[in-house]
Amino acid sequence: MDKRTSQKIAFWIFRLLGWFVVGVLLWILGFIVYNGIGVISFEFIFSKPTGVGMLKGGIFPAIIGTFCLIIGSMIVAFPLGVMSAIYTNEYVRDGKFSKFIRMMTNNLGSIPSIVFGLFGMALFVSLWGRSIIAGAFTLGLLALPLVIRTTEEALRTVPDSLRIGSYALGATKLQTIRRVVLPSAFPNIVTGLILSIGRVSGETAPILFTVAAYFLAELPSSIFDQAMALPYHLYVMSTSGKNLVAGREVAYGTALVLITIVLMINFTASFIRRHFAKKHGGH
Amino acid sequence: MRRAIERGIEMIFAASGMVTTVVILLIVAFLFKEGFGLFKSPAVEKGYALCVNADNPVEFISAADIKKIFNEEIEGWVPYRFDGDELSEKYEEEQFAGRLGEIIAETPKILAFIPEEYLPRNVKGVKILSGNTVIPKDFFLGKEWIPTATPAPQFGVLPLILGTLLVSLVAIFIATPLGIGVAIYLSELAQGRVRDILKPAIELLAGIPSVVYGFFGLVVLVPIVQRTFNLSVGETAFTGSIILAIMALPTIITVAEDAMRSTPRAMREASLALGATHWQTIYKVVIPYSISGISAAIVLGIGRAIGETMVVLMVTGNAAKMPSLFDAVRTIPATIAAELGEAPFGGVHYQALFVLGCVLFVITLFISITAELISKRQHNKGL
Repeated sequence: MDKRTSQKIAFWIFRLLGWFVVGVLLWILGFIVYNGIGVISFEFIFSKPTGVGMLKGGIFPAIIGTFCLIIGSMIVAFPLGVMSAIYTNEYVRDGKFSKFIRMMTNNLGSIPSIVFGLFGMALFVSLWGRSIIAGAFTLGLLALPLVIRTTEEALRTVPDSLRIGSYALGATKLQTIRRVVLPSAFPNIVTGLILSIGRVSGETAPILFTVAAYFLAELPSSIFDQAMALPYHLYVMSTSGKNLVAGREVAYGTALVLITIVLMINFTASFIRRHFAKKHGGH
Repeated sequence: MRRAIERGIEMIFAASGMVTTVVILLIVAFLFKEGFGLFKSPAVEKGYALCVNADNPVEFISAADIKKIFNEEIEGWVPYRFDGDELSEKYEEEQFAGRLGEIIAETPKILAFIPEEYLPRNVKGVKILSGNTVIPKDFFLGKEWIPTATPAPQFGVLPLILGTLLVSLVAIFIATPLGIGVAIYLSELAQGRVRDILKPAIELLAGIPSVVYGFFGLVVLVPIVQRTFNLSVGETAFTGSIILAIMALPTIITVAEDAMRSTPRAMREASLALGATHWQTIYKVVIPYSISGISAAIVLGIGRAIGETMVVLMVTGNAAKMPSLFDAVRTIPATIAAELGEAPFGGVHYQALFVLGCVLFVITLFISITAELISKRQHNKGL
């Protein structure tokens, strides 16, 4: 075969593959939006599930539970993750120690979420019982590697000339980090943190045994209470229950709400990134 | 004073730097602590014990053999299961232990399964099998996973390990050509607006929660697979593999694209200057150059697929038997997710699930380290 023809064929295949992936995404999103949009109503979002098998009413407690878990896990992951990234990137940047820390961060990131669930059950649940705080700690540790990695990337985009300039003016290391490095890396750090939130909000396996409840009559009143959560509610409504058809309706609606929250979080992140990239002439 | 504060804050930073290491150590410690007791736990159901005739030389019967004996699949044994109703027709409850002792002493080949409260202790002619624990060989090579079986629960993880490997390897088999094709398209061909659509699309694909993928698979893909392959149920290993392939795509694409982009411009231009077409340059220069990065991408994709829980739990049918592609299978993560809620806290089943967690942890750690070693080779080449 002529080498030009084979190039043409090969490139067409790659182009098709590329659009195939976009097609798959649109198929999944379209499927959920198409089936879920009819279920969404003010009542669906703002009222409690009622009736046999939670087929009536709404999913308000699950939405609230998911927000509680997001906030809780971020309180655990943000400070620890950001400080860890500052240490590896600003203090021990190229040493053996930083390599070791990075390796451990990667390894932690590769541990399956269900193993975090087991760990949370063995440690946090035996401390506090099934509760928001146990779930928040489990999810927080799960998000930690992502927070560290994105923060480190953000810190790396700060040019060294800025640090050196700051030292030349007599600033200490800590002053340089606080006054020069962090403000300059701030938008990228925030982007990374928001992306980690997106990851945490959809996780199911780690909350199965640490916090998630099938049904609660009351909203959680403290961090030591159990909570419902959107991903778990979707799992429950789509796999168990006596009336699969009616359950499916609720599942479509829940999936749409969950995916809307996750996508909004992702869009916010990329909006912030773009907004600041323009302002600073791009890093 | 100022210096002391700076020093103190640096210490706090350093301590946070160690946090991932500490978490990994804690995970290891707690998984093993909870699972460790498994191989010291009795192989029979809680609250019961096994007895044999004192003349019987046997000291140990594995859980798998106990099951076979009670199913009468092994010749030469007389299985005896305690039946309170039958005994109480002729005897008072206080006489149970004595009567059971007589039965055992009279029957040379008996294997009796008796509640601990009625055990004929210190009776002549009766031997209680006390050292009968779950053993590692049964656990790792056993072919049956029936945690609620009586008299002896079966904890054979082989079908679960094979199921996990089958589902994720088939997934990677599907995802690799697709992912690498898209990576080539992104790194070599797509520009401007096409890139601006494709890149965010792949990010979104990575952002969709796994439970939503599972739901999509359950509602859309399961019926399609069932119809296409004319099966009685569509919840098969293959269905799971397709969804896992889609989920592994973003990882493979991103990592492979980064590797291809790191090919030095000089190498590409040299190839083009020699008269090679763009496509020839891609498969003779770019791909060989970035092959370690591409391999790392595939390995990371496998890791992602092996640990995935919700999708396989929802679409693969969860039958714990030796796996085949167009049949229901059950993976390690799905087993943990499905059973931990029902396993009594601290019991044998609970311990077995934690050991499963250890197995999964070791597999994924091994994969992660492999990926790291492979991609290190790529970096060294870059220098």
